[in-house]
Amino acid sequence: MSELKKTPLNAVHRALGAKMVDFGGWDMPVQYPTGILAEHHAVRGKVGLFDVSHMGEIRVKGPEAMAFLDWLTPNSVTKLNVNQIHYTGLLMENGAFVDDLLLHKISDTEFLLVVNASNVDKDFAWIAEHAKKFNVTVTNESDATGQVALQGPRSLQVLQPLVDIDLSQIKYYWFAFGNFKGMPVMIARTGYTGEDGFEVYCPTEKTEWVWNELMESGKAHELMPTGLGCRNTLRLEAKMALYGHEIDDQITALEADLNWIVKLQKGDFLGRETLQRQKDEGVKRILVGFRMAEKRDIARDHMPIVEGGQQIGFVTSGAPSATLGYNLGLALVPVEKAAIGTKLYVEIRGKACEAEVVPTPFYKRAK
Amino acid sequence: MFPADTKYTKNHEFVKPLGDGTALVGITHYAQEALGDVVFVQLPEVGTTLNAGEEFGTVESVKTVSECYLPTAGEVIAVNGDLEAHPEFVNEDAYGKGWMLKIKLVGELNPELLDAKAYEAHVASEAH
Repeated sequence: MSELKKTPLNAVHRALGAKMVDFGGWDMPVQYPTGILAEHHAVRGKVGLFDVSHMGEIRVKGPEAMAFLDWLTPNSVTKLNVNQIHYTGLLMENGAFVDDLLLHKISDTEFLLVVNASNVDKDFAWIAEHAKKFNVTVTNESDATGQVALQGPRSLQVLQPLVDIDLSQIKYYWFAFGNFKGMPVMIARTGYTGEDGFEVYCPTEKTEWVWNELMESGKAHELMPTGLGCRNTLRLEAKMALYGHEIDDQITALEADLNWIVKLQKGDFLGRETLQRQKDEGVKRILVGFRMAEKRDIARDHMPIVEGGQQIGFVTSGAPSATLGYNLGLALVPVEKAAIGTKLYVEIRGKACEAEVVPTPFYKRAK
Repeated sequence: MFPADTKYTKNHEFVKPLGDGTALVGITHYAQEALGDVVFVQLPEVGTTLNAGEEFGTVESVKTVSECYLPTAGEVIAVNGDLEAHPEFVNEDAYGKGWMLKIKLVGELNPELLDAKAYEAHVASEAH
């Protein structure tokens, strides 16, 4: 095993007493001494600060950038405004995922793609290979870019005093360029928690300084450093997909219940043929949210969904929900089992435990 | 975090003999730290008799689940009912209010148990 990669905040996490884990080849904080539950509640109720410098940034530039990305990805890039962001994927011919990503439109000829840390090299190779037929340049800026995510209802109050742009003017899934105490940064109103918040992109060598300024500004708002542990429980409550769980190279965008990023009408794109056929014929399996009937039964990733002694599906992600007080999860099940109210059985330590299909997202913040 | 009046297993359970033929059983401070926030503890029925090394319950944390094995043979004479409403007691005070079972010892204490010093060394060796 090669040595773990480190973000520019590695020493900061260690000084804060974080528990560090190997996350897709990165040495990352899973939690601080406060613990996952307290960090989860901090983000829902106040504000948390995440190191997301491990995420990858890939820039696509050139006269054909928009046409290229509109062909490469299933969502409608031509509908996007300058400074707007959308969620989309890199799909293969089989309609399943190389990765999922956030696509930022800087101009008609320049886009920034933010991808999963563990997939950066694979994504870059994929994009660069397909870009050969277009007049574009593709640059992997991951190593040069640091990123922190400020998440929670008090995010704006923490960040506003440090920047020279009016954050209240940035809508959810839009971004702007501004100065962070004089230093140029990109600020996006995005996140992976289901809460309001901002993601700040800066040069790698300035990341520690940005983190420290945010920690200082956050003192008055009870800001807490927050780790990957709560990031997972938060995103799960908000039903945001995690690569390797809800989506992978075998699960199509339609099966993952992501039909809202699949714009079959927009013209040709990679994976369209399969997805069109799958839509016409109907998917055979689909992602659903479920709630366990009993408090003692906690579904975990990869557990089987069973019926009459047969496996009919599997749990993609499962955990106790800190916000809602019950145990929930997402599962890929036969489409006949997807209706709200359907009983599902999760095999936990050899026992079929009752669950029920419920509407998702499990958690939605008040507007 | 290695009380001297307590014996330990390599799997991070503890047993604390009370001197009257009974003992308290739970998971160690190190174990709760590794698990993170505990959200549910499944315990056996009172009256169950188990051998050393038999599974007596499971501890669910936000992150993961862990099975617990009885450090030494005994009959369960009480379980900590407070853990149902307050599973966090395991995190807050693993050897105290986070205890899980009270057992009546059956036979000699399991000779494979570690004393505090040996367990501390075991934890140090697992940490790296």
